[in-house]
Parts: sequence; structure tokens; C-alpha cells
Amino acid sequence: MDVLQALFSDYTLRTVALGAATLGVVSGSLGTFAVLRGQSLLGDAISHAALPGIAVAFLLTSSKAPLVLVLGAALAGWLGTLAVMQITERSRIPFDAALGLVLSVFFGFGMMLLTVIQRLPNANQAGLDKFLFGQAAALLTADVVVMAVLGAVALLVMVLFWKEFKLLLFDPDYAASLGFPIRAIDVLLTTLLVIAIVIGLQTVGVVLMSAILIAPAAAARQWTDRLTLVVLLAAVFGALSGVAGAVLSATTQRLPTGPTIVLCATVLVVVSLLFAPNRGVVAGWWRTLRNRRVLRTAGVLEDLYTLALQHPDLHHGHAIGALRTMTARPASVEPSLQVLERRGWVEPKGEEAWALTDDGLVMARQLCGEKEEA
Amino acid sequence: MTPAQLEIQLITAVTAAACALVGVFLVLRRSAMLSDAISHAILPGIVLGFFLTEDLASPVLLIAAAGTGIVTVAIIEAVGNTRLVKQDAAIGLVFPALFSIGVILIARFASGVHLDTDAVLLGDPAFAWIERFSVGGRDLGPKALWLMGSILVLIVGFVVLFYKELKLATFDSALAAALGFAPIALHYALMSLVSVTAVGAFDVVGSILVVALMIAPPAAAYLLTDRLPVLLGLAVGIGVASAVGGYWLARLLDASIAGAMATMTGVLFALVFAFAPERGLVAQARRRASQRREFARRMLLVHLLHHEHTPEAERECRVPHLQEHLRWEPSFAETAVRYAERTGTVRRAGDRLSLTATGRTAAQEAMVE
Repeated sequence: MDVLQALFSDYTLRTVALGAATLGVVSGSLGTFAVLRGQSLLGDAISHAALPGIAVAFLLTSSKAPLVLVLGAALAGWLGTLAVMQITERSRIPFDAALGLVLSVFFGFGMMLLTVIQRLPNANQAGLDKFLFGQAAALLTADVVVMAVLGAVALLVMVLFWKEFKLLLFDPDYAASLGFPIRAIDVLLTTLLVIAIVIGLQTVGVVLMSAILIAPAAAARQWTDRLTLVVLLAAVFGALSGVAGAVLSATTQRLPTGPTIVLCATVLVVVSLLFAPNRGVVAGWWRTLRNRRVLRTAGVLEDLYTLALQHPDLHHGHAIGALRTMTARPASVEPSLQVLERRGWVEPKGEEAWALTDDGLVMARQLCGEKEEA
Repeated sequence: MTPAQLEIQLITAVTAAACALVGVFLVLRRSAMLSDAISHAILPGIVLGFFLTEDLASPVLLIAAAGTGIVTVAIIEAVGNTRLVKQDAAIGLVFPALFSIGVILIARFASGVHLDTDAVLLGDPAFAWIERFSVGGRDLGPKALWLMGSILVLIVGFVVLFYKELKLATFDSALAAALGFAPIALHYALMSLVSVTAVGAFDVVGSILVVALMIAPPAAAYLLTDRLPVLLGLAVGIGVASAVGGYWLARLLDASIAGAMATMTGVLFALVFAFAPERGLVAQARRRASQRREFARRMLLVHLLHHEHTPEAERECRVPHLQEHLRWEPSFAETAVRYAERTGTVRRAGDRLSLTATGRTAAQEAMVE
């Protein structure tokens, strides 16, 4: 409750939370496209590649205005992506090697430039290294305004080109055959991704930014199969982990922002992977268990039907001993019969004997019919 | 060159060689990004090992971190095997989480000791020579050199011993499995080598440079040869060259050595990417140009053959007419005609073109093809 109150009264905390929420919404929704296209790690390359852009922007302008640094970062990130594309297109180097190469070389170059800047006389460089791990507490209103404006533009473009992006995502060949300029749409989407990344750099840092792109999308994907819902949910998850992480780190001593946000997002992912209905791991186990039971009871039902067919009266009772001889798991016959009875498919007939009910007969015929078709 | 300078270069060169050797297999097996994942994810292992031993050069650290590396790969594969997320997303989910845990552990419990996150990310070879390895009071050189040297020996031993298995598992993992070579065990052995190298190197060069040294030199070498032994040799050569070149670049700019080394690996890769004899950009452009020229010559020959000894020959077989008929730019038409003349297939008298005897045969052959 204290935190909630502070959120509305404390200026710093409010700024931090707003910034983190913006970052979460933008990177969550745009990250979805990257994750669904199988380009999850592209974000890692872009965010690392942005570092030299920040350094060069500072070297050229001696300014630490957020817009200048963000533009530098975006330009470098974009160049990095271009390099990855060119390397994979024009040589036999695999995509992931090109990513790793661009990521590490650009980052190393950026660090080299940062050390050069550090050694410049009178350089007011303090604060550039916060781009490594992010520092939410250092966010100013000006930073948040830049983030919000850029993010809004990116989201607006996403909404405007929703149909094109969706098509690119699921069937680029079909899109091309309809005459959509696939290449241009691809570049546009990548540009939006770059914007989402540079928005987050100051808060989360270069190293961990990619996780904020991937985690909300990966978590959201587990809950639904509809793109619109995945994107919306990813935005919510992103905002949630952003605000939670940033507020935790701003109110706790010695808790760096970027890592905290990443861990919050990771918790969401783990929960989603485990407990999402349908796709989740637990749901999967539950399904397997149920299937196994259904299969076992279905086997007994079928056996009973087989016996019934041998008798003029289909509802004649058959000894449980006979059923036991028909399966490799005689011990499971009794409990299976009880399950079948609860469903009203079989009924006990006298001492130790069981018979099919009318419903059970229908069910058994259905079972066998399906099997014959298969 | 002072002894310290020489030692720094030796340390970085040995590190580069070790990274390049394991890197070759990572690049060829399309698991290059696992080096990024491992080099970040070992951080919590290093931190926990450090809490246990209070010594950054302790072998316990190596083992703990190598263990973490293997656990990382196992978690990534487990997450990927649920089929709920793609394999690359699994990588991108697992290593940032582990790295974050490491960073937070450092920030909360280890501030003030010689273990900060900047150093992990970037390392600083400039101080790698300071801690010495001495036996009975005799100075035997920097600890880091001994450490990386032993790791290099370990890797060379592994590659030599399991060369055949590695080669088979890399190029045809299904066949390797069918023949009983246990490609999965080999995969994990390789991953533990990557982890050990990353741990050994993180203090010297930092985790990002580990990635640069593992991927860039092998990728460059991959554009230069098709043979595995040559590839291994070239990758090591390029890695060592980047290390030494990076050192001097850093001296020149008074900048971070690790950053400069990563930059050098990039520069060398860019050079190879542009100028590799067969696969470089320049070679590709030249090959395309020569194919275009050769194709144009054949078109010209066939065109001339078609109109030879016909009433239109006077009009058709002229240089300016090619523009209209074959839609060639005047300059390209001139190039093509010159090339045809030089190969002795076409004769030119003013604007009028005619086939030579060789030209006629070549045109007929081109039509049959």
C-alpha cells in the first residue's frame, strides 16, 4: 500500500513507473512480432549494436539530451540489423553466427569509444555507462516524454500497418503474391523494433534489453492463439514487469533496475509456461493423465462389448473374471468399471458380473466405429 | 616493448586461440548464440564460486561456472523441448534471467570486492599480468597466462582426440548417432569446453569479447576455406591477429583493450567478407560481371549467326542496332563487342559486325547448349 501511495505522490517514483510502463507496453507489443517470426535474438543484436551509436552521438554533439542519444542508438541499431541481413544474404554464414558477430563487435566498438570518451579532457561523460545496465532511478521527465512520444509513434504505425504485419508474420509468400512490398514492410517492422529497443536502453540497459522484448511475448503467447490478444497481453505483461521491476529497484537499495525487470518478466514467463490453460505444461500433464485413464476405461468398455456380442442379449451380464483375462492389466479392470458406472455406461448385474447400459452400448459402438474408420 | 606488454599480448593471444578453436564448432553447428548465452549465464556460477572461495583465480570457480554453463544449455533445451517457445526464444529467455541473478547477487552481496559487473562484461587485459604464478618464490609468469594456457591445451587435446567424432557430429549428427558416436554427449562436452573457456576468459577479456573471439574469427575463416583443418588453423590465426592488432589499436587510442580487440575481430571479418578470394563481395561481383559479359557475347554471336547471309544482315549486324534489338545500353554494347573481338569470335569493320570462323562454331555450340 505504501508503494501504491508513493506511486502517486512521489515525483521520482512516478516518473520511473511511467517510464517503465511505456517501455513495457512498447517492447511487449512489438517484441511479439519478433518472437513469432523466429527472430527473438535479433533484439539482442540490435540493443548491443546501439551502444556505439550512443557513444558517437555524444562524441559528435557533446550533448546528453535524450533525443540525441536515442537517435544515435537507433541509427547504430539499424545499421547493425542491416549488417546482419547483408552478412546472411551475401555469404554462407548462418543467421545466428551473424547475430553474434554483429552483437559482440558493435558492443566492443562501443565500449572502446566509451573508454576513449572517458579519457577526453573535460568530457561530461558521466551517465553514459548507465546504458549498460540501465538506471531507472535516473530517469527524468524529459526522458519519459521522449520515450512516450517515440513509443506512441511506433504503436500508431503498428496499428496502421496491422494487416500488413500480420500477413508478413504468417504467410510472407502469399503477401508477396498479393503485391505487397514485403521487403519494405520487413524494414518498417524492423525499424519499429529498433525504436522499441532504444526506448528501453536507458532503463534496462543494452545487455538485458532483449529479454524485455522476448519475455512478455513468450508469456502472452501461451494464453491465446489470436494475434490481437497476444499483442495486447504482451503489452500488459511488459508494463507489469516494467513497473514492478522499476519500482522495486527504485525503492530498494542496491537492486539494479534492468536485472530486476528481467526477473519480474521471467516470473511471468515461468508461470505462463506452467499454468496457461491448453498450452501450459501442467495442462499438458493433466491431459495426458486423463487420456491415459480414458484409454484404460475405454479398453474395458470395448472388452465388455466384445463379450456382449457373443451373447444373444446385448445387456447380458458378464463375469469380471472374463474381463480380467482380456487385458494385460487385470488390476485396473475394477476401478475402470467403477468409472464407467459413474458415467452410466455399465451396470452391475448380479454377483461379480457387469453389463452394458443403453448409453454404454452407443458409446462402445462409437468407439469401435471410430477405430474401424481409422 | 616492456615485459608486461609482451605478457598482455601473450595472454590475449592464447585466449583468442582457445576461443577460436571452440568457436569453429559453434559456428558450424549453428549454435553460435549459445556462446552468448553461456558467457552471460556463467555469471551466477562465478559469483557463487567466489562466495565459496573468496578467490577469483580458484579452480572451484572454474568448475562451478562450467557447471552453470552446462545447466544453462540443459535449461535452454528443456524449455525449447516443451515446444511452447522456439529454440531461439528459449535462449533469449534463459540467459538474461541467469545473468540478472548474477548481477543482483553482485550488487547486493559483493559490492566493494574485486567483482563488478562492468569487469565481467568487459574485463580488462591491461591488468591481467599483475597476478603472478610462482612456485617456491620463483616467478613463472602471470596466472592468467597459465590458466588460459591450460585451457588451450585442454581444448587442443579434446579436438585432436575427438577430431573424427567432432567432424562427423558437426556435419552429420544423424549419421553420428546412427554409428553410435553419442553426438549428444559430444555436444555437452563441447558446451562444457565453451563454458570453461568463457570462465577462464571472462576475467581477462570480459564476456562480450569472449563472444566476439568465438564467433568472428571462425566466421571469417569459414569464408576462406572448405576444409576443417584449414578452417581451424585460419580461425586461430585470425583470432591471434585480432588480439595483437587490438592491443596496439588500444594503445594508439588509449582505449579499452577488450573493446579494441572486439573491434579488430570485426575489422578482420569485414576485410574477409569483402575480399575473400571466392566468397568475398568483390569476388562475387566480379564473377557476376564476367558471367554477364560471357552471356552477352553468346547473345551477340547467336544474333549475328541468325542474320548471317540474310537480306537484313546489313541492317541487323551493326553496333548501334544492338541497342534496339537486345536492349543494351550503348556502353554495354561496346563492352560486349570488344570482349567478343578480343576472344576472336567477331570482326568489326566500322559499325558492321561479322562472325569469324571460331565465332560461328561458338554460336552453334551456344545454341545447342
